[in-house]
Amino acid sequence: MDLSLSTRTVGDRTVVEVGGEIDVYTAPKLREQLVELVNDGNFHLVVDMEGVDFLDSTGLGVLVGGLKRVRAHEGSLRLVCNQERILKIFRITGLTKVFPIHTSVDEAVPATD
Amino acid sequence: MATVELRFSALPEHVRTARLVAAAVARRSGVDEAVLDEVRLAVGEACTRAVGLHQSGGITAPVKVSLIEEEKQFSIEVGDEAPRIAPGDRVPGSGGIDVDAEEDEMGLAVISGLVDDVEVTAGEHGGLIRMTWPTTPPATALG
Repeated sequence: MDLSLSTRTVGDRTVVEVGGEIDVYTAPKLREQLVELVNDGNFHLVVDMEGVDFLDSTGLGVLVGGLKRVRAHEGSLRLVCNQERILKIFRITGLTKVFPIHTSVDEAVPATD
Repeated sequence: MATVELRFSALPEHVRTARLVAAAVARRSGVDEAVLDEVRLAVGEACTRAVGLHQSGGITAPVKVSLIEEEKQFSIEVGDEAPRIAPGDRVPGSGGIDVDAEEDEMGLAVISGLVDDVEVTAGEHGGLIRMTWPTTPPATALG
């Protein structure tokens, strides 16, 4: 299983739909996608992880990197995830405190904190 | 001898194979279904770390994974051949951010968060991560 990526614009947010496995092999593709979006001026990202089957620390590193980039432009990076096995790795690493995690894209898009 | 032994070139694309094999052997050994996701993640983290150590050290030797079925427990050993330099060679805070070291630590943090029984050893010939899970033997059909 490879990584699938697709992006769409909802209002002033860019939703990145990720599917498949994010690991040491596929994470660079996600990194490239996030870097490209930020370079193109998209600073408010919603990463939809509902289709993700596997996530490891390399993937977490890429998401943290994305967050750093958008924050440098006063932007935001929100995650959408309902899967317990994926949420668990965010909890173990303490990253639930770093990322706003939403249960749906509809909830994440209008969120401002 | 290990129940199943796997050696793979230190390339990121093979880490997935190691995860799949480890999870399959763990399931067969009687590791609880609910824990298999953790086994998959932990072995992936250990292999990712080993691949990173081999690549950054220019080591051509393969990464070795041993899957060991024992009485009432199942162990996974992930071994690398990256020699550890003496403490002090890498001075923290000198120069830029050491991204490799950060990722390395995150991988280990995930492993220790996931696995209760884990041993990390390292020496001049390389390192070894040994992780152990309890197993329940499959119920016998005939008593």
